[in-house]
Amino acid sequence: MRALTNTRVFRSVFRHGFPSSNRNRSLVVFSSFFLHFHPVKVRLRAIRFTRTFYLGGLCVACFFILTVSGIFLMFYYRPAVPHAYHDMKDLVFVVSSGTFLRNLHRFTAHMMVALALLHMAWTFLRGAYRPPREFNWVIGVGLLVVTVLLSYTGYLLPWDQLAYWAVTVGTNLVAATPLVGQKIKLLLLGGHAINDNALLRFYVLHCVVLPMVLVLGIGLHVWRVRKDGGIHLPPEVRTLAPGATEAMATTSKEAAQ
Amino acid sequence: MRERDEELGSQEAARAGADSARVVVVDFAAPELAGDLSDEPMVMTFPHLLVRELVAFLALSLFLVLVSLFFDAPLDAIADPTRTPNPAKAPWYFLGLQELLHYYPPVVAGVLLPGLLIIALAVIPYFQVNVERPSLWESAPLRRLGLLWLAISALSTVFCFASALPVWSIVVPLWMVGVAMSTGALPWRGGRVALWLRTRSLPFWIFLWFLVSATTLTATGFFFRGPGWAFTIPWRDGIY
Repeated sequence: MRALTNTRVFRSVFRHGFPSSNRNRSLVVFSSFFLHFHPVKVRLRAIRFTRTFYLGGLCVACFFILTVSGIFLMFYYRPAVPHAYHDMKDLVFVVSSGTFLRNLHRFTAHMMVALALLHMAWTFLRGAYRPPREFNWVIGVGLLVVTVLLSYTGYLLPWDQLAYWAVTVGTNLVAATPLVGQKIKLLLLGGHAINDNALLRFYVLHCVVLPMVLVLGIGLHVWRVRKDGGIHLPPEVRTLAPGATEAMATTSKEAAQ
Repeated sequence: MRERDEELGSQEAARAGADSARVVVVDFAAPELAGDLSDEPMVMTFPHLLVRELVAFLALSLFLVLVSLFFDAPLDAIADPTRTPNPAKAPWYFLGLQELLHYYPPVVAGVLLPGLLIIALAVIPYFQVNVERPSLWESAPLRRLGLLWLAISALSTVFCFASALPVWSIVVPLWMVGVAMSTGALPWRGGRVALWLRTRSLPFWIFLWFLVSATTLTATGFFFRGPGWAFTIPWRDGIY
């Protein structure tokens, strides 16, 4: 392993040696495009599971699973009116592991919405929305809305009764908006009823527009967390024994939230 | 724990330059090892954080794969605009809103209330109202208690009489939150729980009310509503 990391080819790709020294361990993170959103060192308190339950990270993990399974689903799906439903049936009865693929995409989508809601609740309860992070909280609310919209636009695509009527309920609510409601509904559906046009619009929103917005938003969200010095941690309460110097202070207990 | 101590120990060594002496060419990352100014324990992102992230990702994937293997996503008959299912339910995260449709006209349940909710969520951090301790009850507790219950009565009136039916899923959580809040105003000192309740901030209570109401509305819509949006008992009538 060590010998491998010393070869010229390995070094041309990774530019650091075997991560046995802290210097190389820093370079693993620091010199990697994919990991550079992490600092090279983190506070031990910040990475404990019970601090965040990794809810934000798990949302990103869900998005990754959804992207991969979604691309596979796109190979088998045509966003047109009779075909969409028949492609679903083919997926279930003809395509190898098609049922599994569909199940995975659907359940992960529900999971992502649930995790995003929990992430928001936990962020609030830990007080991480407070200044200087107030705008990042606003971005987070936006990301939650985009996540729900992604899930909702995907809901129409199977073109079954469940999809059709759930979207009918939703678009009728949109239409109830004063003044602009009917116009927004027309824009969203490409007509006055849910038909071919609506399916195509939801498909494009679901597969192209909203994922791009979400990727951009996640990037911004995570970047701002980094800029604010990592995840929010409550200040530590230091107990200073009488006569002790500042250096001898022991970290006793975190301040109650 | 021991491993971490070694880690921190070797960090000391790196700081002393013992490690960087071997690698002469690139030295730009060396200051990263200088340690933090506070004496808070720090660990290297690789391996400590990255391994945790990987384990969390694999655990989530395993869970989702198992669920996908043992349960099937629903697929109903082909969409038919002429045949409306009863009830026609939205996905679970919209069932709270659909439940509100039972009480309010669409413009209120579908536009006004969710719109206000999103705006309220977005502006929460911009209000400096009692964000940090000293708590709500630090000064003039009786006057604030009076104001609190005035506000609760006003909100209860709105949610009981401005709708077709009293929206109990919103009003009851409001009262519960009000009672929990009010314990802080009492002169009684109490134990740890009382102290915890007393030191919560106003945004905490408002958020808690949102959270409990939204959960109650969603759960009602999901479990307790059947044909014609009538009240059903899930263990007797099943889940629609």
